[in-house]
Amino acid sequence: MKVRLNDDIVELADGATVADALDHLGYSPNGLAVAVDGEVVPRAAHRKTRLVEGTTVDVLSAVQGG
Amino acid sequence: MDDPLVIADREYSSRLITGTGGSENQAVLERALVASGTELTTVAIRKVDAENHSGVLDVLRRLGIDPLPNTAGCRTAAEAVLTARLAREALGTNWIKLEVHADERTLLPDPVETLDAARQLVHDGFVVLPYTNDDPVLALRLEEAGCAAVMPLGSPIGTGLGIRNPHNIELIVSRAGVPVILDAGVGIASDAALAMELGCAAVLLATAVTRASDPERMATAMRLAVQGGRLAHGAGRIPKRFWAQASSPPR
Repeated sequence: MKVRLNDDIVELADGATVADALDHLGYSPNGLAVAVDGEVVPRAAHRKTRLVEGTTVDVLSAVQGG
Repeated sequence: MDDPLVIADREYSSRLITGTGGSENQAVLERALVASGTELTTVAIRKVDAENHSGVLDVLRRLGIDPLPNTAGCRTAAEAVLTARLAREALGTNWIKLEVHADERTLLPDPVETLDAARQLVHDGFVVLPYTNDDPVLALRLEEAGCAAVMPLGSPIGTGLGIRNPHNIELIVSRAGVPVILDAGVGIASDAALAMELGCAAVLLATAVTRASDPERMATAMRLAVQGGRLAHGAGRIPKRFWAQASSPPR
């Protein structure tokens, strides 16, 4: 299935979870926040939150600013 | 002088809050942060990529500085609320510097969206520090909404134009029951000193230090200016007079 991951369209296995999407990017979840279709998914729910075709997944962290 | 800055449940001995934006490299930023003496420093929340992953938080952790995530770049209350929730998830803090900008050209706070977002975030358990216009009425409204501080601008972000309406800042300070933090517009040390002389509880600045030719030196100047302004504010200034008054005895 295809999902939109930080503005790139990527191919993930059917049934992939938020944790799988982070693996795809090569990041550990520490210090990151994930939103799926505009809703925050807490770290504890990464492994049980399944994505579906067309989902938008945004992965964010703190950067220099302000 | 020694009285701490108290915001919500935290106490800080430094009254200078800094930002991390605009710094060219982290070694320079780190030296400037140390020189500033700051204990609370803003960070932005952005989509990760290979360039911006991690880094700044490691610097803050090493220096024992609390991160203050902001909602910079948000244009609506809804965006700001989502960004605050993402920041809470990423950093494990319920403190948020609320910024909702009306447009890219001025980066002025959108008062309607800011107040709306402040109410939602307070309800959601956040400690909200809103960036706001130098509007005494809006400052009161934000305090009524439950904000832990109000942060009026001196002038638009990054302009270095100083405090354009000192009387409004004094009006805000005179009626506020929460700390007033001068946020944005500081260009040089005297701007920071003036903010404190007007009665502000703290100063928040970034560009004035990070884009100075010598950030470490400017950070030191800002630290001393904030301390000097604070001391002067509490020292009881003389009244301004039209005519001279001799300070030496007549004979």
